Amino acid sequence: MFPELNNLLNTTPEGAEQGKLTLLCDAKTDGSFLVHHFLSFYLKANCKVCFVALVQSFSHYNMVGQKLGVSLTTARERGQLVVLEGLKSAVDIFFRPQEEPHPLQFLREANAGDLQPLYAFVRDALEPVDCGEAAWRCPVLLVDDLSVLLSLGVGPVAVLDFVHYCRATVCREWKGNVVALVHDSGDAEDEESDVLLNGLSHQSHLILRAEGLATGFCKDVHGQLRILWRRPLQPTTPRDRSLTYQYKIQDKSVSFFAKGMSPAVL
Amino acid sequence: VTPSEGVRRGTGRILGMLESLLALGGLVLLRDSVEWEGRSLLKALVKKSALCGEQVHVLGCEVSEEEFREGFDSSINNRLVYHDLFRDPLSWSKPGKALPGGPLEALRALDKRTGSGPATIALDSLSWLLHHLPCPILCQTLHALSRQDSCPGDTLPGEQVRVLGLLHEELHGPGPLGALSSLAQTEVTLSGTMGQASAHILYRRPRQRPTLQTQWFSILPDFSLELQVEPLLESQPPSDLHTPSVDPTTHLTFNLHLSKKEREAKDSLTLPFQFSSEKQQALLRPGLGQATSHIFYEPDAYDDLDQEDPDDDLDV
Repeated sequence: MFPELNNLLNTTPEGAEQGKLTLLCDAKTDGSFLVHHFLSFYLKANCKVCFVALVQSFSHYNMVGQKLGVSLTTARERGQLVVLEGLKSAVDIFFRPQEEPHPLQFLREANAGDLQPLYAFVRDALEPVDCGEAAWRCPVLLVDDLSVLLSLGVGPVAVLDFVHYCRATVCREWKGNVVALVHDSGDAEDEESDVLLNGLSHQSHLILRAEGLATGFCKDVHGQLRILWRRPLQPTTPRDRSLTYQYKIQDKSVSFFAKGMSPAVL
Repeated sequence: VTPSEGVRRGTGRILGMLESLLALGGLVLLRDSVEWEGRSLLKALVKKSALCGEQVHVLGCEVSEEEFREGFDSSINNRLVYHDLFRDPLSWSKPGKALPGGPLEALRALDKRTGSGPATIALDSLSWLLHHLPCPILCQTLHALSRQDSCPGDTLPGEQVRVLGLLHEELHGPGPLGALSSLAQTEVTLSGTMGQASAHILYRRPRQRPTLQTQWFSILPDFSLELQVEPLLESQPPSDLHTPSVDPTTHLTFNLHLSKKEREAKDSLTLPFQFSSEKQQALLRPGLGQATSHIFYEPDAYDDLDQEDPDDDLDV
């Protein structure tokens, strides 16, 4: 996790809020550093994490996690982390008997239906079991990323339904958190991506939007991060606060600074 | 409510916006966006209806019952019936927690429940219903729900049903938006500027022209509404009285002015296609020594008078 980002979000692993849907989105840049942040953040916060990793291999996330101070392999062995490795299991699905339900069952179907099997996987992974051992703090679902589902043929309403059910179960019932990454293609023609992004934005409590600089690539400033707080859980807190910072990604951390205040410029 | 009517009502103006939204009956469409959310206005309208003694039925698809009831005190919560389509709308849970029949039946069931007395139905949200039901069926059900088949004169005031629908504008194309808009008696579009929310309200009163009104407002934590004054734009340009007008003809690299002699010469010039009396005389009476007509030809620089070699490319 990046301590500077924690400061901006005013949160610590010990005092993380529960019952929230956090939306990560990126436009014209790679927002996966936010996924690595939240993965290591929630593992350090002693939460049970279900990680639906559709984009990279497990070893990739493990390597980045080690730079940030968590070992995914250890967490998985301890039972703290459940990973659905999309790249591997998408191939497995064609070599299994068809009767067994698979989280990525929609890949086998001609008309990609709904994501109920994927939801069932998440539910089984995060269901709180009281068997006397040290309980984890709260369940957390992390998805990298939802736009991949769109390109695999799932409709945007089906993805929204999946997130709806995860929100109802993980956030509301089990007081956990859901974090998901979506790409904003910026393409006015891509209606499905827009419906997905806007639909998720309406459901989210916190939106972190990483944007590339409008002026293009820069060596010292990799992009801009917009933070938008929506739907506060208590009616008395001020609604809809928004902050904007610029950032630079380094080997083991990300540094944030106010717009125009990059150390390289000053 | 025209501004003058509001002024005459005096203190009644503070409640005017919610009351006038609820007064027409039928379908009230609340169009919101990610930046300017509409659920708090929906809850303010629900609270207002409940305080007037009506029963309010909420079809909740997007938020849980606890979250919707949050902020309401017990007197309002007692009048609020929450039909839960949030927990298990598509019957994915193993022990079925879903409402029987799915979303469509839940929507139709509301019609039967509000049989007697004035009632308000809040749909949170129409966007969710539009994603899961075909648009024509949703429109027909809404039409039946808001009892628009009967003429306004036939409906007793006690039987009026009000349907409040929350719609997220960015999620739908112009077709469904237009269809729902044409069903609505009142349409509220939420937007704002500089942190201040505004509502553009379109009233479609029967047998009258549609009226458009803009109100700036804010919703307090207890879901009562407070009207605000339109925020002054800080970056307004200064008025013309204070800025001196700039003469654009100064500091030019070319000459725009004419001297007296140049002006006289210009004025005395006859234009070639202007038919003056001198020209008429010259044409009617050919001058002396001009028995035959003459052609005056001035060759251009690139004109070649050699007929043998018109392209001038023979190497001779």
